[in-house]
Amino acid sequence: MSEQKLPMAEDNGSAAPPRQVEASSVRLVSTLTVAGALAGMAIVMVFQWAKPRIDAYKAKVLAEAVTQVLGGATRYQTVYLVGDHFTTERVDTAGLDSVYVGYDANGQPRGVAMEAAEAGFQDVIDLLFGYDPSKDDVIGMTVLTSNETPGLGAKITYDSTFIGEFDGVGTPLKGVKKDRAKGQHDEVVMITGATISSRAVIKIINDRLDAIKKPVDAYWSTLATAATTSNAATSGESVTNPSAGGGL
Amino acid sequence: MRTTTPQEDFIRGIWKENPVLVQLLGLCPTLAVTGTVDNALTMGIATFFVLLGSSLLVSMFKSVIPKEVRISAYILVIATFVTIADLVLHAVVPEIHKSLGPFVPLIVVNCIILGRQEAFASKNTVARATLDAVGTGFGFIIAMMIMGSVREILGNGSWLGHPLLGAHFQPWVIMVLPPGGFFTLGFVLLGIAWWKGRSAVAVRPRRWPHGVTTEVGGPAS
Amino acid sequence: MRDLFWIFISSALVNNFTLVLFLGLCPFLGVSGKVATAVRMGMANIFVLVITSLTVSALNTWVLPHAPYLQLISFIVVIASLVQIVEMAVKKLSPTLFRELGIFLPLITTNCAILGLAILQTNRGYGFTEGLVFALGGGAGLTLALVLMASLRETVELADVPSVARNMGLVLILAGSLSLAFMGFAGLFSS
Repeated sequence: MSEQKLPMAEDNGSAAPPRQVEASSVRLVSTLTVAGALAGMAIVMVFQWAKPRIDAYKAKVLAEAVTQVLGGATRYQTVYLVGDHFTTERVDTAGLDSVYVGYDANGQPRGVAMEAAEAGFQDVIDLLFGYDPSKDDVIGMTVLTSNETPGLGAKITYDSTFIGEFDGVGTPLKGVKKDRAKGQHDEVVMITGATISSRAVIKIINDRLDAIKKPVDAYWSTLATAATTSNAATSGESVTNPSAGGGL
Repeated sequence: MRTTTPQEDFIRGIWKENPVLVQLLGLCPTLAVTGTVDNALTMGIATFFVLLGSSLLVSMFKSVIPKEVRISAYILVIATFVTIADLVLHAVVPEIHKSLGPFVPLIVVNCIILGRQEAFASKNTVARATLDAVGTGFGFIIAMMIMGSVREILGNGSWLGHPLLGAHFQPWVIMVLPPGGFFTLGFVLLGIAWWKGRSAVAVRPRRWPHGVTTEVGGPAS
Repeated sequence: MRDLFWIFISSALVNNFTLVLFLGLCPFLGVSGKVATAVRMGMANIFVLVITSLTVSALNTWVLPHAPYLQLISFIVVIASLVQIVEMAVKKLSPTLFRELGIFLPLITTNCAILGLAILQTNRGYGFTEGLVFALGGGAGLTLALVLMASLRETVELADVPSVARNMGLVLILAGSLSLAFMGFAGLFSS
């Protein structure tokens, strides 16, 4: 690359340095190539060291979130949406939609955890929620990523009352303000002062269920029949011991 | 041209030529990640690491790098250290890494680092370049800590996560939001300008009505 | 389509590149009190942002899946070369344009906004169209912020400002006020 002038560059007050012998193009290219190769090697070494830790952390976070939204799940298995049905086969998972089926200690399927994201008040809200197809209920919710107003919209991440609203609520969810709550099964009481963020969470869950309920219900019925006929399958990722290759 | 002493090389980066508060470089991370002290400190340390590593390498290889491609070479070196820093942060402190977001990779275009390579590391010995990098790096960390502390204490009532101002304090949420970043830096610079102006005033001779002149204050402390 | 619209409005207003995401601060805080210069600077940025976005999309689709750790280095190399090429192309194709934009182009290389766009676009997994809309929106927002700041400085030039606040102190407080104003855009798409 030819010389680039930087606005902030200052020489130490001296006049222009004496003209050096112009380096040949070969020298320029070879210097950069060698430097590039060394740089590449250094990065690859650090990457090899870092990747297992990063992957383990990701698996741990997901496992904790799945436990939280499927209360009582000790194991989960990732299933992929191929066409219009779910399968455990990981053929070519690039860009495939996936959900997590949670199993309790007896090997009984507990529910399905799914990730969903849409625009909230300030920026995109990314959350994981649990769904029980046998009762057609949402059984848990946890926000994974959000950038809402601190002290207001951000409450969706830590306000335990709000989060508790999602434990056993009928679908589709209906958001209500605190003073209008009638105690119906499909009502979710929104956070005072953060109704827009709360509504966004509800909409995200409803939209996701709209799109994916049929294949999930279909897959669930196959699981239900399988579970009654055979004992707990031992395949799948354990929530307490996330393996490094955890299906993600 | 006056040559600088090693002590000067080290000290000037901390106060007199503080990269953020005086030279006004590297403002993107300074405003973006100083909402909390732990973010600010982590960013400061990451930048320090990149600055030190790059200055060391650039100074060691300054005679081998042809002048025509020096900027590209500096950027390559800096980008390598930033990538390494990013990977290490991701592996060691993943939550903080997540809140720092795109600003760790953005250390690459932090004018401070490229500026020090061009202005100093490429023209001085490894020892001097190290002192310069360490001084500038400390200056950056100090600036980040000042910003982070003000914003976290006022915006969250805490410092490094420890509640400081009690339960009745209503946090000034604006301070941890983007406008708060601008305002904080603006008032910090205002404060520095005022302090500097005040010290300059202090040595002005004072004229008394009966013709006697005394020096007020003396040298700026 | 609604998603693309949201991306555009979000990057231009709600999550304005300069006033909310803190990208592109060097030109923003250093812009003179001349609105015309600010407009040209903004245009130059939009130009580079769009080209960068397309190139980064290409890189992300075909090259980087094989070596994700080389992301940063390849981005910065691409950006630096792009700016170089753009400068040469503009010089050759339109000398008048070069005279107006030319000095800004090398500054754009170290501009956080360009690299920031590349990183954000990759992190959010935008495709070609989404990336393009993101770049256009971000550039528009950046230009808007530049123009607003330039016109504010133009007016303030003649005002009686205390000496301690002159220059950077005042500019930052003005920027903070602008940022505060832009906070009003949040919730633009609430249902």
